[in-house]
Amino acid sequence: MISTDQSAEKLLERLRVAAQAVKEDIAFMEVCGTHTTSAFRCGLPTVMPPNVRLISGPGCPVCVTSQGDIDRLIDLGSRQDVILCTYGDMLRVPGRRGNLETARTRGRRIEVVYSSMDALKRAIDEPDQQVVFAAVGFETTAPATAAAVCEAQRQNVRNFSVLASHKRIIPAMRALLTDEEIPSIHGFLCPGHVSVIIGSEIYRPIVDEFNVSCVIGGFEPTQLISSLLCLTELVLNRQTALVNQYREAVRPEGNPRALALLAEVFEPGDARWRGMGIIPESGLVLRDKYRHFDAVQRFELSEPDEHEPPGCICGKVISGAALPVQCKLFGRACTPVSPIGPCMVSSEGTCSAWFKYGRSGHLNLSCTHANEPQEVLP
Amino acid sequence: MCLAVPAKLIEQDGQQGIVDLHGNRLRVNTMMTPEAQTGDWILIHAGFAIERLDPEAARETWALIKDAEQAAEDQAGQSGSVARTNRNNGGIV
Ligand code: SF4
Repeated sequence: MISTDQSAEKLLERLRVAAQAVKEDIAFMEVCGTHTTSAFRCGLPTVMPPNVRLISGPGCPVCVTSQGDIDRLIDLGSRQDVILCTYGDMLRVPGRRGNLETARTRGRRIEVVYSSMDALKRAIDEPDQQVVFAAVGFETTAPATAAAVCEAQRQNVRNFSVLASHKRIIPAMRALLTDEEIPSIHGFLCPGHVSVIIGSEIYRPIVDEFNVSCVIGGFEPTQLISSLLCLTELVLNRQTALVNQYREAVRPEGNPRALALLAEVFEPGDARWRGMGIIPESGLVLRDKYRHFDAVQRFELSEPDEHEPPGCICGKVISGAALPVQCKLFGRACTPVSPIGPCMVSSEGTCSAWFKYGRSGHLNLSCTHANEPQEVLP
Repeated sequence: MCLAVPAKLIEQDGQQGIVDLHGNRLRVNTMMTPEAQTGDWILIHAGFAIERLDPEAARETWALIKDAEQAAEDQAGQSGSVARTNRNNGGIV
């Protein structure tokens, strides 16, 4: 259940009053896996006003990575001539031929790193081995990749490369707002840590063009409820606004050093998202100057086939078009122990959050008006 | 994966720093936060400090939340009526 913290309780009460006054069903979308897990962990979905729906959007970097990109990563990790360095989240994501963990048990060198710099260090320490860094993540994570690439260039590390599938959140938000399959969104709870890098002002064109509020918020229960209250009151007052409620970490212009690193190494390029197809300019590709660090080029990797694990509706889940419980595999064939799609593997995945925190019957499904779940587990 | 955690910078040497995270010493790269100094709170993500936390703004954030709480108490006093004051939107930028 929700934290008994007094502030949270008071804010929640005010949220209920505001929501009641709105008198219509409203939906806000969070586009950050950390918000998804924080909300579920504190039981927020169970206590939300019935007419306010919090939809989880494409905020989990592992989940939005296309299946083709995942297959390609696992294929690369399965090669004998490669040391693949990856963040831990990718280890158990299933591909067409097993996952990185199974490749590791077959003796392949898959190393979990804490930082991109650890991958670079591995390359420096083992100059006779090809070291590939699996570069996944939004703008929060991409500057770390850029820093490692810059350093590799500076030290002329020839056996280091990156398989980059970094994503940019703003083009995805725009794509969601123009997709007719997605339920209408009355406001965004914007990702706090992505915003640390990209800043708050970057959301203003979305607010102005689409007439939808953007509230940047923190991750504590009180901060989460405060952001939802803010969004609800904006609807109540028929206003749209850009609101930064995470000012201790998010500046209007973002982090200039991190942005400079990104701009030095990457340029925006079209990218494929799971379930959302190719979104223009939503990826980050290495600039010509750094293209020799591109693992796709170095290993002459071909364009991957796109497919979804049979029965898995992760693509719909991450774009807010379906709930995990609408997947026939949820909680049966697909659990965190034997996950079928990335949304169940990643700790930030929506299916994982529903499974861990939402399946005990506390969830208030009455606010999920778009599609009735086919089955709800006891 | 986008999780970033606040930690206190306790040592610094060029672009390398050590933070105290729940009593553990953790090495971080501080190239993205050149203004951070020993004693500052910074946000850590994937081995990098990605921002120095602004203590003044942190106080303001919590003050806004307090303000919203106060409004909730006011509301509780005005039975049935809806306070349309938008105090919680103090962060509008
Ligand atoms: S429950 Fe499993 S199979 Fe179904 S959408 Fe989620 S991750 Fe995919």
